Amino acid sequence: MTIQIEAPVASASPNRRAPVAAKRVGLLADIVNVLVRELQPVLRQPASVLFAMVQPLVFLGLFAPLLPATADGSALQWFVPGIVSMTALMSASFTGANLSEEIISGSFERLLVSPVRRSALMIGKALREMVPLLLQTAIIVLAVAPFSFDLHVGGVLVGVLVLAPFSVGLGSLSLALAVAAKEQAWVFWTVQQTVIFPLLLLAGVLLPLDGAPGWLQTAADLNPLKYVVEAERALFDGSFPIETVAAGFGASALVGVLGLWVGVRTMNRAS
Amino acid sequence: MPPSVVVMETNHIKTGGGPVIRTTGLTRHFTRNKQTIEAVRGLDLEVAAGELVAFLGPNGAGKSTTLRMLTTLIAPTAGSAEVAGHDVVADRAAVRRSIGYVGQGNAAGHQFRGRDELICQARAHGLSRRDARMRSDQLLEAFDLGEHADRPVSQLSGGQRRRLDVAIGLVQEPAILFLDEPSTGLDPQNRVNLQEQVRRLNQELGTTIVLTTHYLEEADALAGRVIVIDHGKVIADDTAAGLKSALGDLVSMDFADADAAHAAAQRADRIPGAQVTVTDSHVAVRVPFGRDAAPGLVAELAGAGMPIARLEVVGPTLDDVFLNLTGRSLRESDNTGPVVDGAATEGEAA
Repeated sequence: MTIQIEAPVASASPNRRAPVAAKRVGLLADIVNVLVRELQPVLRQPASVLFAMVQPLVFLGLFAPLLPATADGSALQWFVPGIVSMTALMSASFTGANLSEEIISGSFERLLVSPVRRSALMIGKALREMVPLLLQTAIIVLAVAPFSFDLHVGGVLVGVLVLAPFSVGLGSLSLALAVAAKEQAWVFWTVQQTVIFPLLLLAGVLLPLDGAPGWLQTAADLNPLKYVVEAERALFDGSFPIETVAAGFGASALVGVLGLWVGVRTMNRAS
Repeated sequence: MPPSVVVMETNHIKTGGGPVIRTTGLTRHFTRNKQTIEAVRGLDLEVAAGELVAFLGPNGAGKSTTLRMLTTLIAPTAGSAEVAGHDVVADRAAVRRSIGYVGQGNAAGHQFRGRDELICQARAHGLSRRDARMRSDQLLEAFDLGEHADRPVSQLSGGQRRRLDVAIGLVQEPAILFLDEPSTGLDPQNRVNLQEQVRRLNQELGTTIVLTTHYLEEADALAGRVIVIDHGKVIADDTAAGLKSALGDLVSMDFADADAAHAAAQRADRIPGAQVTVTDSHVAVRVPFGRDAAPGLVAELAGAGMPIARLEVVGPTLDDVFLNLTGRSLRESDNTGPVVDGAATEGEAA
């Protein structure tokens, strides 16, 4: 080379090192590593994340006043568990958008080439959904507690447990969708939007399904979210009808298992 | 440059001194709109430990597809490849543990922080929490990223992000490092910095490095071995110097008139391996080691009464090599070439 370029070449060599020993990483450690990474944006900038989580309150504030007034004020009691379920649905179904971003920017590719197990990559990312579920439920419940809403802490906690597998499973499906859409994020958004609203409306979240025509009832019966919402309503009300709760948890667990299965399969084939 | 510091641990590799990368008939087809695109066609390749190899070719030549097969991102349609002694299909996990990879995009997620991403990658490779933190600190310092390590990656400049990408690729001290278009989008200064880091890594630790590039200058300046790929096939494989000397220097001569030029051309044609073109009073001779033959030719022609009015000897560039091999210029095949340093390297080669 006859060219002299006076560039500030980094002072230290990347090769200077103390010996580090690499060990085989177990499945659990892989999952924890991925989960910790997923939680970092939340931990590092809690303000921005919390701000996004306040959104259901806006919905609640604008929609709840439209509910028909009942003598015992039970409208809010009926509506809040639905909003909690809707928030879980929205939050989990959006999670693939973060992955889309990572696919486009390149960091997902780095993880695919790394020794992290593909299954851990999916499970760790999906488990992250528990965190917004917990936080958002807490925010909603705390916000409505001063109003005509009877807070049954035990019921709410069991309610969160019932919702958790649903959130993880749906999150997993959303992630799988993002993986399948690859760099074409619009595919993700199109499918996500197409699926999400029927799920929401057929769960009786915003309006009761009581007076629905037969075909709509049948469609709703096939929607796992309907059973989850029914269980949430009972639990938030402080009651524990075993059949309703079992049906809700069963539907939620079904979505969880199915979602993770599809998710892990898709991740194994990701390129 | 600091002296060589560390003895390389080679426990990732179980090849017993053979090649660390070996491909046999490696092939990849893509199907788009019912059309089959043969991206890589039957690649047979061996790379020995400690080599620094550049895959050179225009965009779409199959370089990145080859790299993606070697790094287990995509499976071959046919043929096979072994990296660090492990099959890229049957034993993907072992391959992934053995290699570092710097892709075309950013390794660090934009909403994350550089330090966190380094530690995550180190943990993925099985480093303890303490070692992961220590190694991350080392790399951040080495790549001059210390003060940017705790900011979101989205706030870093392109050059800083690229340095972070390479740092992440090196976190487990891989025995083999793959870099896909490492300097695309970098300004000349950052490009030189990056090349310096890559060269050092190869020299000090003996890390085997395979990179793809469509910058001739990069392949020329950096790689010990240049593999020219076009339309999914290897069309040349040699050192940059070897590729160029095979093509030979271009000796251009101007004469007083066409007759003298014609006579000189006949004389020059007797040099073994010479390709002679005459245009009016101008003679161009492409000949191996032309710079060595030129002085004798000057004296001989002067003695024969045909003095050379003007002489120019130009060494071949890799672009000449590519042009000679494919009939196309690499620069024309690709319009995103580097901005400034092309002329400098060509001058230096002459």
